[in-house]
Amino acid sequence: MTGTVLFTIATLVAIGLLFAVVLYIVAQKFKVEEDPRIAVVESILPGANCGGCGKAGCHAFAEGVVKADGMDGFFCPVGGNPVMSKVAEALGRAVEEKAPMVAAMRCNGSLANRARTNEYDGYASCKVMAALYSGDTGCRYGCLGKGDCEAACQFDAIHVNPTTGIAEVNEDKCTACGSCVKACPKGILELRAKGFKNRRVFVSCINRDKGAITRKACSVGCIGCGKCAKVCAFGAITVENNVAYIDFTKCKMCRKCVEECPTHAIHEVNFPPKPPKVEPKPVEKPHEENV
Amino acid sequence: MKKTFRIGGVHPHDNKISAGAATEIFPPVETVYVSMAQHLGAPATPVVAVGDTVKAGQVIAEPAGFISGFVHSPVSGTVKKVEPRADIAGNMVPHVEIAVEGDEWAEGIDTTPDIIRDIPWTPEEIVEKVKKAGVVGLGGASFPTHVKLAPPKDKKAECVILNGTECEPYLTSDDRIMQERPEEILLGGVIMMKALGVDRCYVGIEENKPAAIAAMTKAAAAYSQVEIVTLKKRYPQGGEKQLIDAVIRRQVPSGALPIDTGAVVQNVGTALAVYEAVQKNRPLIDNVITVTGRCMPVQHNYKVRIGTPMSKILEVAGGLPADAAKVISGGPMMGRAVANLDAATVKANGAILVLTEKETRRRPESACIRCSKCASACPMGLEPWLLNKLSRAGGRFDELEQERVFDCIECGCCSFTCPAGIPLLDMIRPAKAEVLKILRSRPKKQ
Repeated sequence: MTGTVLFTIATLVAIGLLFAVVLYIVAQKFKVEEDPRIAVVESILPGANCGGCGKAGCHAFAEGVVKADGMDGFFCPVGGNPVMSKVAEALGRAVEEKAPMVAAMRCNGSLANRARTNEYDGYASCKVMAALYSGDTGCRYGCLGKGDCEAACQFDAIHVNPTTGIAEVNEDKCTACGSCVKACPKGILELRAKGFKNRRVFVSCINRDKGAITRKACSVGCIGCGKCAKVCAFGAITVENNVAYIDFTKCKMCRKCVEECPTHAIHEVNFPPKPPKVEPKPVEKPHEENV
Repeated sequence: MKKTFRIGGVHPHDNKISAGAATEIFPPVETVYVSMAQHLGAPATPVVAVGDTVKAGQVIAEPAGFISGFVHSPVSGTVKKVEPRADIAGNMVPHVEIAVEGDEWAEGIDTTPDIIRDIPWTPEEIVEKVKKAGVVGLGGASFPTHVKLAPPKDKKAECVILNGTECEPYLTSDDRIMQERPEEILLGGVIMMKALGVDRCYVGIEENKPAAIAAMTKAAAAYSQVEIVTLKKRYPQGGEKQLIDAVIRRQVPSGALPIDTGAVVQNVGTALAVYEAVQKNRPLIDNVITVTGRCMPVQHNYKVRIGTPMSKILEVAGGLPADAAKVISGGPMMGRAVANLDAATVKANGAILVLTEKETRRRPESACIRCSKCASACPMGLEPWLLNKLSRAGGRFDELEQERVFDCIECGCCSFTCPAGIPLLDMIRPAKAEVLKILRSRPKKQ
């Protein structure tokens, strides 16, 4: 009896040792030499695996940046400049500072501003809805409010507001990974420079219909009148296909266009309210809630 | 045993409640809005200007490409506007707005009801006449008919199949024309046989239309090349590929065209339009539209000039009932909900269906229980549950391509049969569109 037990234990130990040796030899023989810097870079990265950089995840980004010669084409939108400078330091390279970005919601067609013309009772997904028809309002470019962006966001930074029926970006949480931009079937969301003191000016509309049609559908749509482009001293505004676009690389944030816009389609964000004495013109109400 | 297709299919209640309503000529309207996108392919280019006087049957737009078509004025009157207007889905499409004055027809159009049986035309002349008359497939896809009647040189047509299945619930417009104008439909079939150089024509009709089968069989007695095939009732038998399988037992391989099996399928309405185009010089300017629904007090089959606003048709049909919740253009399986009732009818509109809130209510969605009913119901042999899963995962287009999502005919059998109420087709449709976009962007193999 004791003999059987001892024999069993001895056999198992012998087999265990044999396999350990085999595994050790195999592990040595087929060892994958990984650049140790990859692990270092990966530990610096946020580890969100969001894909915002265009790579499959943080490991793929680290691998790519280590193998590459410079830092060109590599930018972690989540970590931003601090993380990128740390990565560059770890690799002994220099990196240019990039302007931090944020997602901009270019539709202000809330329930109050844009009347519903029909009721959608299908599956609650913008992608599905957009594949079926133009949407439940007269505007075929505007936010459908079914929350594909909300589902795509890993940072809890974009939500569909049930009272307005459109998506809203929380700029403190937004990392500019671009997931929402890809998820929106209407192409409403755009990554824009966060701006000095987080101040931004942008056209909150992408309606390419003629002015009369836009006006009928929505009270705050861009009608493509071109007044903003005329008033802009820096040539930052272009009107194409009946809709204005502000180039954030040229915009100097003078906010003349905001005052000029007849439909209040141009939004200013995070500017202090103008003192009425200095500026006799009527003050624009900042549409911060819709940024 | 009656024939049917071999893979998948479902049995929705057929609800053919308007089958007894004889076709009525729709009363004239004041204004028509003629869409330039009456066909699959590029929208036609308008050739009339504001202020022009037009007559019924006069060309108002010319094709803008190979897969495109002529559009004719459905009425006589004055052109008021040429501008974009919202279609049933709310998308802006160029329309020609015509204020109706009188009912004058363009020269050379035979509007008498006499049947002309003599076909002196050559195949080329037939294809040209069909093209000039702006005939498109009236089964729903509105593919330009002249393109189908002139297959590429390396493909050989063997037979024409006329599609009188009308497998969608509620629809009865094809049923009515088969009962009322059987010989003209058969002549249309004979003309297409001549154009394609074939000597066989089948007419597939589902068993739930005995009056149409009787009328067509009686008329077909004089045409030895035509055979009326009674089919078992099963959805989606009216799908081109399903009908070919049901009638001549050949399956269209994935990625191939129906012509590869030697069959050219045309709807019976298209056959009638071809007859009128070739024998009577009458372009396609009107079609029969079923106006139906359990909540509608009276069921109608109207012969409507294209470009008539749907709201006008519903008004004449007795107005929208108080409990109406959804208006569908087409049948309940494949039809599209009308987002804009002021949208005008187009050539391929076959029905306006009014449903109540109770009838349109969706089942609450629950988790997939792996019953595989969707896979059994899919007439294309796909696995809808898997396509749904891949579509929801987002971005897995390579796998969707492997699973042949582009073969989906969007018949809705999967969503119809799912006991968990999962909107399978709703999820598959955008994925299919995306995969098709990727496939089209790939460089073609030489």
